[in-house]
Amino acid sequence: MSVATLEKPAVEEATVEPKAAERVVIISCSGDLEKVWAAYIIATTGAAMGKDVMIFHTFWGFMPLVRDEVATFGQNWMQKMLSRMNRGGISHLKLGKLNFGGAGKAMMMHLAKEHRDASPRELQDMARDLGVRLVPCQMSMDLMGITRDDLIEGVEEPVGAASMLAEAQGAITLFI
Amino acid sequence: MEATITARLDLKGLSCPLPIAKTARAVRDLEPGQLIEVLATDPGSVADFNAWARSTGNPLLESSQEGGVFRFLIKRKEA
Repeated sequence: MSVATLEKPAVEEATVEPKAAERVVIISCSGDLEKVWAAYIIATTGAAMGKDVMIFHTFWGFMPLVRDEVATFGQNWMQKMLSRMNRGGISHLKLGKLNFGGAGKAMMMHLAKEHRDASPRELQDMARDLGVRLVPCQMSMDLMGITRDDLIEGVEEPVGAASMLAEAQGAITLFI
Repeated sequence: MEATITARLDLKGLSCPLPIAKTARAVRDLEPGQLIEVLATDPGSVADFNAWARSTGNPLLESSQEGGVFRFLIKRKEA
């Protein structure tokens, strides 16, 4: 019996890592700018790496799904007041640290622009273009009185925790 | 024999995750087997392009540097 020599793979045949997770599930729970920013950086990168990426937007982490133009959402006075104090839209997020009434955020955005970093808004557009699935949490939507009309385009149907967990089975999961 | 480069992407000055994200988008538009040349200046891109190629299976044929500019030659994997 002869032992066949394994042909050394040509350099161009890059090997795919065995059993790498095919899916990434990111739970966006914080509305802090830096966290949402990080979530979208990871999401776009995951999609670029050929993975099926889903961001489950919940609680304050729901705000990036609201359209920037929506100044008020909600059905009753409490929900409306909430939306006034915590405006939706990915461009209206505040830094969780050193926001200084918006001055810190303005400086951060200025620095990011100088470094030609993509803004959260640009990243969200790119994420959608790369097929990242933006999924609203049904409970957060109901709680805050947000309707489909308040949401950006290309958002999937709202689901609950069970659907998210089913997706998370065997996936890389991040809680941000 | 020098293979034909189908597309070129100048991503100089851009930083994470744009070089990878834009490259992935461009590779998506290639036919299997076609080559794309990418130029970038993000110092993290060397490690990132390697990881990306390993993970997606699109072969990174060349990775070089000249005067602070990184050059990557990528082939879209055969379907």
